[in-house]
Amino acid sequence: MAPPLRIGNASAFWGDSNDAPATLVRQAPDLDFLTLDYLAEVSMSILAKQRQRDPSAGYARDFIDIIRSLAPFWRDGRPLRVVTNAGGLHPRGCADACAAALREAGCSNLRIATVVGDDVLPALRDAHRLDRQTPDFCHLENGGRVDTVIDRVVTANAYVGAGPVVEALRMGADVVITGRLADPSMTVAPCVAHFGWSLNDYHRIAGATVAGHLIECGTQVTGGIGADWLNLPDPANIGYPIVEVSEDGSCVVTKPPTTGGRVDERTVKEQLLYEIGDPAKYLSPDATVNFLTLNVEDQGNDRVRVNGASGSAPPAKYKVSATYRAGFRASGTLVIFGRDAVAKGRRCGEIVRRRLAAAGMAPRRYHVECIGDGAVTGVGGKSSPELMETMLRISVGDERREVVEKFTREMAPLVTSGPPGTTGYAEGRPPVREVYGYWPTLIDRERAPMKVEMRTVSSSHEA
Amino acid sequence: MSTVRLGDIAYARSGDKGAGANIGVIAFFPRGYAFLRERLSAVAVERFFAHLNPGRVVRYELPNLGALNFILPTILDGGGSVSLRIDAQGKALGQAILEMPIEAPDAPPGES
Repeated sequence: MAPPLRIGNASAFWGDSNDAPATLVRQAPDLDFLTLDYLAEVSMSILAKQRQRDPSAGYARDFIDIIRSLAPFWRDGRPLRVVTNAGGLHPRGCADACAAALREAGCSNLRIATVVGDDVLPALRDAHRLDRQTPDFCHLENGGRVDTVIDRVVTANAYVGAGPVVEALRMGADVVITGRLADPSMTVAPCVAHFGWSLNDYHRIAGATVAGHLIECGTQVTGGIGADWLNLPDPANIGYPIVEVSEDGSCVVTKPPTTGGRVDERTVKEQLLYEIGDPAKYLSPDATVNFLTLNVEDQGNDRVRVNGASGSAPPAKYKVSATYRAGFRASGTLVIFGRDAVAKGRRCGEIVRRRLAAAGMAPRRYHVECIGDGAVTGVGGKSSPELMETMLRISVGDERREVVEKFTREMAPLVTSGPPGTTGYAEGRPPVREVYGYWPTLIDRERAPMKVEMRTVSSSHEA
Repeated sequence: MSTVRLGDIAYARSGDKGAGANIGVIAFFPRGYAFLRERLSAVAVERFFAHLNPGRVVRYELPNLGALNFILPTILDGGGSVSLRIDAQGKALGQAILEMPIEAPDAPPGES
């Protein structure tokens, strides 16, 4: 049997450690593929805002720093390949910047593939233009018509599958840059390209999808946010995950030796359950996966084997993640120390509410939390005199920016007019943030045709 | 009849799914799973989180992992950047559910 394919993940989200990719590649000399995830549901709207200011933006710029940090390995002849969704809204712009960085770093022979076509915003607008009452692109959960948000829609991207990435890898790409690729597909594609699986070999694809699901959130499978976190060995040096995927689609989850953290039956089971719905029907664009046939076997030494995945055809349509402008928000915090801290915090919340109303600026949504009082989940809160301190957090949401602005000026006066022991105000006025609503919907696959563009680093334009 | 804390039998992980969240509850041992399957109903979870408006809770069983998966479809008050709550992504719900008291007919289930 062919040796397993080793795929690592060193970016769980946009904001994860920028040192992690080079560290993992150094710690795992036999790593074949590195996957880097940057996109959460609302990341796209942040990218849209950046692109509005600068047309060359719209991708995760952190990725360019990471590419620079990986260049020495390529110069040393490591055959490392990278798959990332760092392209965000502008995969071509990301590829341009990536090529420039690699050229500068002396890696002119590398080949970069760009996968485009996931941006389906034009399709949404066209459908609405043709028929204002179009039943297409309804909200997946509440059935709402796209007509209600179309004027405010900022982004709409299809979660595309492994197919175009497989094509790019077969053409010899060293770095594959995509937009809204489904997270597990970053792992599925290297397996399909490497083992020569057919895209409708659903059991194997299901296995690789499970492998991708397990590593897509980085250190969440190596002890991060795990039950036994406080007893985790060497947590400052926590290892990023590697899956060794076998030709039959089963995998072993592990991490480099000499790193901190832990991979055991518990960390793997926890991550299997992370953000899933019906375990018999885990939906990805590559397969519908049944988690109920999985076996998890702890082999010791930070190695856990996961096999038995079964799969069937994926949903006929792509899932689309759209975002729309939904007004503004701000959250301000103050710390209150002393007896009756929570009662005092609540009183502050009332004062700010009344001052906003008196100014004719009563916000549409207003929320007061006294942290320590059970505000986070309603479970385990304490009250005075046991609780001597609380963090007061007031949050406001409104479609009118000026209302939210007004609120941001109403917290600070409490430093002198509020309760004794009011402190923790060094951050100053809280920033006003734009709110983006999430609009999940579906699109026919034919309406999101994908395209792969290849080039070598040395050529300045697409080859 | 005695009462056990869920966290003595199981561990949990939660995360967001749009305006809702899921909580995976995993038994430490097989006997614990049988107990949870019987005692930790969707209705009990819905009641435990009633103050957060969880919506109609759905429970899925994963006997192969000794786990239950709960979907709380509206618990995040809009979720993502819309929710004004400090835990807009439901990351804390897994830790919260472990504090749930469960009535045990006999001795609390340990290792089997």
